[in-house]
Amino acid sequence: MRKANVNEKRCVACGECVYTCPKGAVNIKNGCFAVVDKTICVGCGLCAMACPADCIKIWEGEQNEK
Amino acid sequence: MRNKKWYDYMWIWAIIYFSVSFFNILFAWLGMIDFLIPVIVAVIGGNKWFCNNMCGRGQLFRVLGKNCKLSRNKPAPKWLSSNGFRYGFMAFFFLMFGNMVYQTYLVAAGAKSLRQVVKLFWTFKVPFRWAYSAGSAPSWVAQYSFGLYSLMVTSTLIGLIVMVFYKPRTWCSFCPMGTLTQGVCKIKEK
Repeated sequence: MRKANVNEKRCVACGECVYTCPKGAVNIKNGCFAVVDKTICVGCGLCAMACPADCIKIWEGEQNEK
Repeated sequence: MRNKKWYDYMWIWAIIYFSVSFFNILFAWLGMIDFLIPVIVAVIGGNKWFCNNMCGRGQLFRVLGKNCKLSRNKPAPKWLSSNGFRYGFMAFFFLMFGNMVYQTYLVAAGAKSLRQVVKLFWTFKVPFRWAYSAGSAPSWVAQYSFGLYSLMVTSTLIGLIVMVFYKPRTWCSFCPMGTLTQGVCKIKEK
């Protein structure tokens, strides 16, 4: 199933994804980067669309951007 | 999307701040709230709660860009949110902030007289005489107001420009306060 994957190195922790997520699946971990709860995420892509740093990608399972 | 909370309306505060200070520059001091609270929250709480929930500027960009559809909603160039640019811009921003404090000191010490101008983009001087009546506050207090208002308006204008061209909250990806508080949080996390 497709899920949101955050590139933690590029995340600016602005919280726009948290605000946008319709399922409440995203959290900002201690002000450092966004963390997606993969058990809740439905892969809708709204967070990826809102992310100003363009660091969220909707991918199949666990993959990280190089 | 979660239920609306009272702090989801902080964008109204941002508009009030800019309008009130436009007519009486001394209100520009209230902008220090935007500088102090995020840092206090980051240092004590170790999080970016202010950026995430309360920042009036970020919310204003969201309201204008997303709700009013004033944003092209295209991804911004990657370098804009790269660490090099973010920390470089933060250094530049706080250097200019330091210069503003120094100018205030010069006015307080009597070495310089009050200049009733708002400087946009650290370059363009806009006469702003209507916003201050001489003697209503010590001249250094007024000088700091003009300086801080210049900084606040400039950052908002930059934010509005990138909002139109890219995503609504593109400003947040290189906002100096955001970079600073994230830096503090990362240090605390280690």
